[in-house]
Amino acid sequence: MTKKQMLILFIGAVIVAGFLVYANLTFDAYMLRVLNLIAIYMSAALGLCLINGFTGQFSLGIAGFMAVGAYAASLVTLPIAAKESIFFITPLIWPFSVLELPFIAGIIFAAIVTAIFSFLIGFPVLRLRGDYLAIATLGFSEIIRVVSTNTISITNGALGLRGIPPYTNIWWSFGFAAFALFVIWRLINSSYGRAFKAIRDNDVAAEAMGIGLFKNKLLAFVVGSTLAGVSGAFLAHLLTAIDPAMFRFFLTFNVLLMIVLGGMSSITGAVLGASIVTFLFEFLRYLDSPMDLGFITIPGAPGLRMVIFSTLLILMILFRRQGLMGSKELTFEWIEKQLARFGGKKGKPREGDSHANP
Amino acid sequence: MSLTHFFQHFTNAIYLGSLYALIAIGYTMVYGILRLINFAHGELLIVGAFIAYYGILIFHLPWWLSFLVAIALGAFVGVSLERIAYRPLRQRDAPRISLLVSAIGASFFLQNIGLVIIGGRHKAFYRPPFFAQTTQLGEVSVMNFLFVIPLVTLLILGGVFFLVYRTRTGMAMRALAKDYPTARLMGININRIIAYTFALGSGLAAIGGIMYAMRYPAIHPLAGVLPGIKCFIAAVVGGIGNVPGAVIGGFILGFLEIMGIAFFPHLAGYRDAIAFIVLLLILSFKPTGLMGEQVVEKV
Amino acid sequence: MGKRFGVLLVLLAFIMVFSGTGLADEVRIGVYEPLTGPMAAGGQMTLEGIRLAHELYPTVLGKEVRLFVEDNKTDKAEAALTVSRLIELHRVNAIIGTYGSSLAMSGGPVAETAGIPVMGCSPTHPLVTEGNDYYFRACFIDPFQGHIMATYAYHTLGAREVAIIQDIAQDYSVGLSHFFRQAFVELTGDPASVVGMSSYQTLDTDFTAQLTYLRGLNPDAVFAPGYYGDVALLITQARELGMDIPFLGGDACEAPEFIEIGGQNVEGVAISTHYSADAPVTEESTKFVEAFYEKYGHAPSAFAALGYDAYLLILDAIERAGSIEPEDIRFALSQTEGFEGATGFITMDETGNAVKTGVILQVQDGEFIYAGSVEPQ
Repeated sequence: MTKKQMLILFIGAVIVAGFLVYANLTFDAYMLRVLNLIAIYMSAALGLCLINGFTGQFSLGIAGFMAVGAYAASLVTLPIAAKESIFFITPLIWPFSVLELPFIAGIIFAAIVTAIFSFLIGFPVLRLRGDYLAIATLGFSEIIRVVSTNTISITNGALGLRGIPPYTNIWWSFGFAAFALFVIWRLINSSYGRAFKAIRDNDVAAEAMGIGLFKNKLLAFVVGSTLAGVSGAFLAHLLTAIDPAMFRFFLTFNVLLMIVLGGMSSITGAVLGASIVTFLFEFLRYLDSPMDLGFITIPGAPGLRMVIFSTLLILMILFRRQGLMGSKELTFEWIEKQLARFGGKKGKPREGDSHANP
Repeated sequence: MSLTHFFQHFTNAIYLGSLYALIAIGYTMVYGILRLINFAHGELLIVGAFIAYYGILIFHLPWWLSFLVAIALGAFVGVSLERIAYRPLRQRDAPRISLLVSAIGASFFLQNIGLVIIGGRHKAFYRPPFFAQTTQLGEVSVMNFLFVIPLVTLLILGGVFFLVYRTRTGMAMRALAKDYPTARLMGININRIIAYTFALGSGLAAIGGIMYAMRYPAIHPLAGVLPGIKCFIAAVVGGIGNVPGAVIGGFILGFLEIMGIAFFPHLAGYRDAIAFIVLLLILSFKPTGLMGEQVVEKV
Repeated sequence: MGKRFGVLLVLLAFIMVFSGTGLADEVRIGVYEPLTGPMAAGGQMTLEGIRLAHELYPTVLGKEVRLFVEDNKTDKAEAALTVSRLIELHRVNAIIGTYGSSLAMSGGPVAETAGIPVMGCSPTHPLVTEGNDYYFRACFIDPFQGHIMATYAYHTLGAREVAIIQDIAQDYSVGLSHFFRQAFVELTGDPASVVGMSSYQTLDTDFTAQLTYLRGLNPDAVFAPGYYGDVALLITQARELGMDIPFLGGDACEAPEFIEIGGQNVEGVAISTHYSADAPVTEESTKFVEAFYEKYGHAPSAFAALGYDAYLLILDAIERAGSIEPEDIRFALSQTEGFEGATGFITMDETGNAVKTGVILQVQDGEFIYAGSVEPQ
């Protein structure tokens, strides 16, 4: 990394941090919540990007891993008093019933548990290919949801967990998004990353070259799923209440839309996709709700938002299969060129772009 | 469990299994020929059911006419779906995963356009009184559905067999399933055959949807999700692309779901996981399904 | 070019979303209800009542009342977001909502943090208001609802052994089945008097296996605390299996579709609810029923009545407080006593729950008919 690149990275980080400080001070709670969601979905999308985009193993199980992470973290951070009050049908099992750990412990626990889960699930399913793999991961995700609905003494079933401490803030969520970005970036630019891409492009040739197919697939699957699991933990500590129904296939659909929109094998694409989709999700809410203008009421069309999102997904896959970014990334070279073109004047960088990638 | 209870459970399993079998035939048809998991198949069930519902409610058609119209229109919707969401991808030789993503998009689209137009509340579906008539055989109660659904399934099975093995179109379909590029070289009009396949598959979906709605007469735009995914699994269990296999897979799934609760009533809440567990077991140990042929992966 | 334009559009959209307009001389009341998703029926019925109340009482303290209606899509995450949207974007003084206890429980903490009072119309789960000083409700709570149906089963039907079939994916159903069980066991004094329990999940349509299992236990009655569509299907299948014992339901069964789907099969089914148009209890109820018929052309459901009362309770609190400050409204709400609403006389207890009479309805000749009431303990 050259000095100039370091400088660009530094300036980028400062701009993002400056924006976050500004946002934290002036934005209202609603807007901060949307920003938090953007960062959380960004981490999940990056995880899915690694599995689906870079390694070419099409997983539809991301919602299940987010559920595992969310429950694992919440079960250890939830105050004991809250545990006693919400588990009124069947008491929570030991040792969770006596645990009340700080946030960081919850996050680490979530990471460990999802890593174990994804390892165990990856073992049988990663032998499958293409759409069979997709359906098998979807199946696991649904099994996780059905089981968590039934295991009342651990998850409290449909009653869900509530009163989870609202630990997630801008710093945590964006900090983790930056961490996820860093991990993925380092990984795909290492020899592992080259192996992932070789498997995606032609697994038989990759195997002939001496690349361990299963080992590499499993690595990508576990890392990607764990990132999603931890993002689930942040989601739980943002919403403060979770239940199994939150982690339906719908959630997977959203994350999938993000990476399809951004470009499946592009980090920049995942970041962009997560930001656009989360933002649009809020903005398009206008379409759903009836508008009450005092003198006249315009009936809304509930569901229209999802009609637009599904249309967007189909249109993207039909007309721009590679997504907005394709497999292109925002690179230092590109930024340097732009800087040179503006004659030293800096253009206004958009959020997320500053995490550059050589 | 007493013997009468066992027989009652057995009867229940036949209703459910034959219904799954019926729907799985349509699923396996489309997959067998196109190698496409039509994620929107479950939604096509509900499209058929809703057309039949509105045919009776708004146009005051006699029920059988309304059902026929629904089957025809259901086939039309399926063909349009193929034309809009799948064909452009197929023609550009997109990877199969892109087709899957497009199918997921189509499934969500149909669900939500249904919510926009119809709303999310359950609607009472018409049941011809004869079908729902109950007879008591000792302590086992039996509805006429017990004979009607398997009969329809058998008729469809026969029809599909005739079409696939006794007609020229069927021959073209088989050729397409075996070897797509060669079939094209042999002068088969690929697009037309695929359109036929979709018309057939979606027409079968509409029939399945109508039977499902008669058996469980409360329909709403999301009602297709569960039967859609379960019948897909039934098709995989039987060996996807294999029509008799789909029927067997449907019955296996129906029996497992009912008998699972019959023998382990305390695990009733886990019922929806049974199908997925069966799916994972089959994929782990016999990915081609019980009746499927060994497919050689082409490099 | 195109890119710049795109950026501009996004920026514009940002401004539109995040800029709130504020007018001082009006009272802003937010409504968050499930207008789509599995609970849409309940949300829409509630909204009918709220809109009617707004039409009949459009002003308070000489200020105009404006309603801001948001759809929470029967989704917890959405519920929290819609509440924060109502507060931050629309700057509401108070909030009404929501059908579905789970939704209310995720919206509640957001409102509490922001210090905005919420009047629940029909979330009956006890934890909605417990530990949340800003959440109130116009309805009774599930322990009481369980008590109503257990009393009905024990005393009116003379049932000594009951079975329960619950929707394990719905917290409403799981909670209510728990409280019913508690109340029934208390009446019989025998934990074995609940002979069996079975479960299904939302979107399931086949209940034959569960019902055949319950039939084998020979209960005197079955309690099915689910949502109307599922319970109607479930009872239909029970009758087809030759089960002719009484079925009981909770307040989520009260929807015209329950009878449309169940038809002849749901005749005689009894459900607990908050109010019946057949037995008006106050002058306000008569006024409400007449106005409702005029506006919508059909009889009001209990949820419409609760929505109506939730709106009136907030207006009453504003009047008594003489202020539209959220904190003053909250205090006045907590002091509500003997308020005359459409669903009866409402007094708030210290947790913020309405103490009032529960009503039992029974399906007779395709209609919900008043079949008695149970006084609060």
